[in-house]
Amino acid sequence: MFKAFSLRKAGILLFWAAVWQLAALFVGNSIVFVGPIEVGGALFGLIPTFSFWQSVGCSLGKISMGFLAAFVCGIGVGSIAYGCRMFREFLEPVVLLMKSIPVASFVILALIWIGSKNLAVFISFLVVFPILYVNTIAGLESMDQRLLEMARVFSVGFCGRLRCICLPALLPYLASGCRVALGMAWKSGIAAEVIGVPSHTIGENLYMAKIYLSTAELFAWTLVVIVVSAFFEKIFLVLLEKGVRLCIRFA
Amino acid sequence: MHPFRLVTYNLSKAYNGEILWSGLNLVWESGHIYCLMGASGAGKTTLFRILLGLEKPDEGTFSLEPPPQSRLTAVFQENRLCEEFSPLENVLLVMGKTSDRERVAFELSRLLPRESIARPVNTLSGGMKRRVAIVRSLLAPSCGILMDEPFTGLDEETRRQVIRYVKEKIGDRLLVVATHQEEEVKELGGILIRPF
Repeated sequence: MFKAFSLRKAGILLFWAAVWQLAALFVGNSIVFVGPIEVGGALFGLIPTFSFWQSVGCSLGKISMGFLAAFVCGIGVGSIAYGCRMFREFLEPVVLLMKSIPVASFVILALIWIGSKNLAVFISFLVVFPILYVNTIAGLESMDQRLLEMARVFSVGFCGRLRCICLPALLPYLASGCRVALGMAWKSGIAAEVIGVPSHTIGENLYMAKIYLSTAELFAWTLVVIVVSAFFEKIFLVLLEKGVRLCIRFA
Repeated sequence: MHPFRLVTYNLSKAYNGEILWSGLNLVWESGHIYCLMGASGAGKTTLFRILLGLEKPDEGTFSLEPPPQSRLTAVFQENRLCEEFSPLENVLLVMGKTSDRERVAFELSRLLPRESIARPVNTLSGGMKRRVAIVRSLLAPSCGILMDEPFTGLDEETRRQVIRYVKEKIGDRLLVVATHQEEEVKELGGILIRPF
């Protein structure tokens, strides 16, 4: 069953790769459009070089740093906002602003404020923070009121409430929030790098590919972004689930 | 535990302008079992919620005299268990620092099949969950327990077994059971009251 399923999947992928290659042949211009064979070639040219790994490492490090900082702050500030209505109302315009200002405006502002070196950290933080903030509040609000009453009647301590009522309610919201936020962090982080062009980053390479009209490299780097961000997402979500379960077991 | 009395003074409660009960004066003494009867919607659950400190009365007060060391606990009308946790963990949760894993497991196994004690609650049947809620209320440190229709969903044999267990474990604490069944009053050997 599983084999048939993966076989069918591989077939579908192959079909689209073929369509892609045919389209490239039809266009016949490697500046406008390139096929999978050329992209593969460009990728294999990049992979053995030091600067490829340096760029991937640098972008990955900065984007995940911004993401993790926003993850911690989003949950922390969200928890406070859940507990204190005043604080929440006070923060509301800020969070709303963070959600609605276009990433490009932030990027330009950030370039003026902090320069291009830590641009991706800042931008991924700004994009991720409101998502986790909102999801933390929603998760805490989804706690079963009747269970909270039970905890009150039985004088259950803070740790017990956290373990048995808060975390189980929070986990699904955090997981779905992270799934969205991770994708957003990567897309906006890379976009910021393309605008700010900090050295040794994926964004810089994309920008260079544009300058040199090297469409094959542009496609290759795009592929790299997709793969790296997918890996990061998978690993992070597994760690999150495991971490929370561990907290629930032993807190 | 020192004996105490739970006394209500002119307790009144209304919902949406409709008076549930007013001028309720009750005296319940520890070491006794009281069976509270009244029609559905008469306000038994509301009275319990007020005594547990979850709601405020419109008028009147109540007090425990003299104030005991520990508080009142409850079996709620719903089970109110943490569904992803085992019965053992659910009971340990309310035991505070006094918890003794072995003892809790033993007590649970008196009313539940042994294999069910470490399974998540959401895999248990309704009757089993009910028994977990009852064991939880009895093992948690308390001076008295308010049980809101605790034996619903239990078959006759299990109910007898549970009632025997409750009578054994309640000791010199106060027990108030809201019920619809005259039979349960008899089996509990409780004092029947119809305050509403």
